[in-house]
Amino acid sequence: MTEIRMEAAYIPSEDVVAREIEGELIIVPLAAGIGDSDDELYTMNETGKALWARLDGKTTLREIARGLAEEYEAPPGEIEEDVRGLMTELMRRKMVVVQPGR
Amino acid sequence: MTGGHGFVVKGDPDSRIHRRGRKPLLDRLDVELTERCDSDCIHCYINLPAGNPRVRARELPSGEWMRIFREAAELGALTIRMTGGEPLLRDDFSELYLYARRLGLKVSLFTNARRITPELADLLARVPPLERIEVTVYGMRAETYEAVTRVPGSYAGFRRGVALLLERKVPFEVKGALLPPNRGELDEFETWAATLPWMERSPSCSMFFDLRTRRDSEEKNRRIAALRPSPEEGVAFFARKPKSYRREMARFCARFTGPPGDRLFACGAGQGGCVDAYGVFQLCMLVRHPDVAYDLKGGSLREALVDVFPRIREQRSVNPEYLARCARCFLKGLCEQCPGKSWAEHGTLDTPVEYLCRGTHAQARYLGLLAKGERAWEVENGPERVGRILAEVESS
Repeated sequence: MTEIRMEAAYIPSEDVVAREIEGELIIVPLAAGIGDSDDELYTMNETGKALWARLDGKTTLREIARGLAEEYEAPPGEIEEDVRGLMTELMRRKMVVVQPGR
Repeated sequence: MTGGHGFVVKGDPDSRIHRRGRKPLLDRLDVELTERCDSDCIHCYINLPAGNPRVRARELPSGEWMRIFREAAELGALTIRMTGGEPLLRDDFSELYLYARRLGLKVSLFTNARRITPELADLLARVPPLERIEVTVYGMRAETYEAVTRVPGSYAGFRRGVALLLERKVPFEVKGALLPPNRGELDEFETWAATLPWMERSPSCSMFFDLRTRRDSEEKNRRIAALRPSPEEGVAFFARKPKSYRREMARFCARFTGPPGDRLFACGAGQGGCVDAYGVFQLCMLVRHPDVAYDLKGGSLREALVDVFPRIREQRSVNPEYLARCARCFLKGLCEQCPGKSWAEHGTLDTPVEYLCRGTHAQARYLGLLAKGERAWEVENGPERVGRILAEVESS
C-alpha cells in the first residue's frame, strides 16, 4: 500500500504528459510501466482535475485539501479523505512523485 | 466536490469527449513521413525508391513535422498515424517519434518492420507508442515474400524486425496483402498470426489494390490492375465462412449503405486528414487531386480544417454518369466508390470506378440483395431488401 504524506508536496511525474482537451484532463503515459497496462490513457474526474492543477511541488497536500475545502465549501475532513484517495491511486500508477527535499 | 472513489477513469478519452458532444477540431492525423520505401512491392500505390535523392530533398524537414505535430496536439488530436512509404526510412524517425510522444500524442506506426533495430526496439519498449504497431506481411517464406517486395533479403529483415518487437514485448499486429505469389499461404499466415500475443482477431488482408495515387505510371497501374482478384474471386474469399460473412454483411449494409446523393464527400474525409511527405494536407490518404489539397507550408491545420475542408466537403457532382449511377445506388457504403478511388482511377473526383462497381454487384448477388442482371442504381426498394436479409440472418 502506497503511503501518502499529507505534509509533503508532490509533482506530476516526468513519465506522463497531462493534456487538457475540450475541458477534460487526460493523462498520457510517456514511459512504459505507468498505469495498469501500456496502452491506456487516463481521464481525471472533476475532483482529480482540481487536485492535479495544484500539484506544484510547493504546496503540501494538507494545504491543497484546505484550499479545496474552502473553494468547494465542503467539510475539510471529507476533502482530505478525497485527496488521500486520489493521491493513492496516482502514486500506485506512478503518475505523481514526491517533490525531492519536501 | 466529494469524489468518494474512482477519481481516475481508465479508457478511451476520445469516446468520453465525443459522448459529451465536445469533439476536438482534430481527433487524429495521418502523416506520410516519406513516399520512399525499401521494398518495391508489385502492388504498391505510392512507393518511390528508397535512395532517391531528389525525392528525399523535397520531403519536409524535421522542424516542419514538429510544427505540424505541435499544432495537431493543440487542436486536440490524440493520435498521429505515421505511415509512408516506409516511415522508418527517415533518419530522424526516432526524433520525430519521441517529439510526438512528448507532446502527449499516441503514435500509430505502419511499417514493414525491416528497419527495426535493437536501438529502435528498445526505444519503443521504453516509450511505448500506446497504439499497436501494424506490420504488413507479404509472405510466409523468402520466395513468396520477395516475389512481392522484389528485394532480396527482405524476408530475413522482416523476420528480424518482428523478432526484436517480440523480444522487447512491443505490442504489434500483423496484416497481409493477398497477392498471386502468396495466395496459397493464407491459412499458414492466419495460423502464425494467431500465435502472436497481441492479435485479437484474424489479420486483415488487402486484395483490392488501389492504383498509383500520384497517377505517375500507366505501366505500374496496368500491373496493379492485373493483380486484383476478379469479383467472383473476391466473393469466394469473403465467403470462406459463409454464415458469419452473411451475418456481418447484413448488419453492415443495414447500418452503412444507402444512396449518397450528389454530395461527393459522404465519408469522414476532411474532418481529419493526411499530411503528405511534402507538407500537403489532404482530406484523406487517397485523394490527391490538387483542387482539394492544402499546402501547409503556407498555412495551418486549423485554417484547412476550419476554412478550406468544409467548403470542399460541400462539393457536389456534376458528372451525369455519376449522378445517374453512384448518387442513386443503394449499395453505396458496401461499394467503396469515393473521390479518392475516382482520383486514382480516372483523375477526377466523381467518375464511377467499374472495378468497384462489379465487385459490389457480385457481393450483392451473393447476399441476395440483387438478382442476376439487375443494376443496383435502378433498384427502388433497396432498404427493404437490406431489411429482409438482416431479418433472415438475425432469425437464423
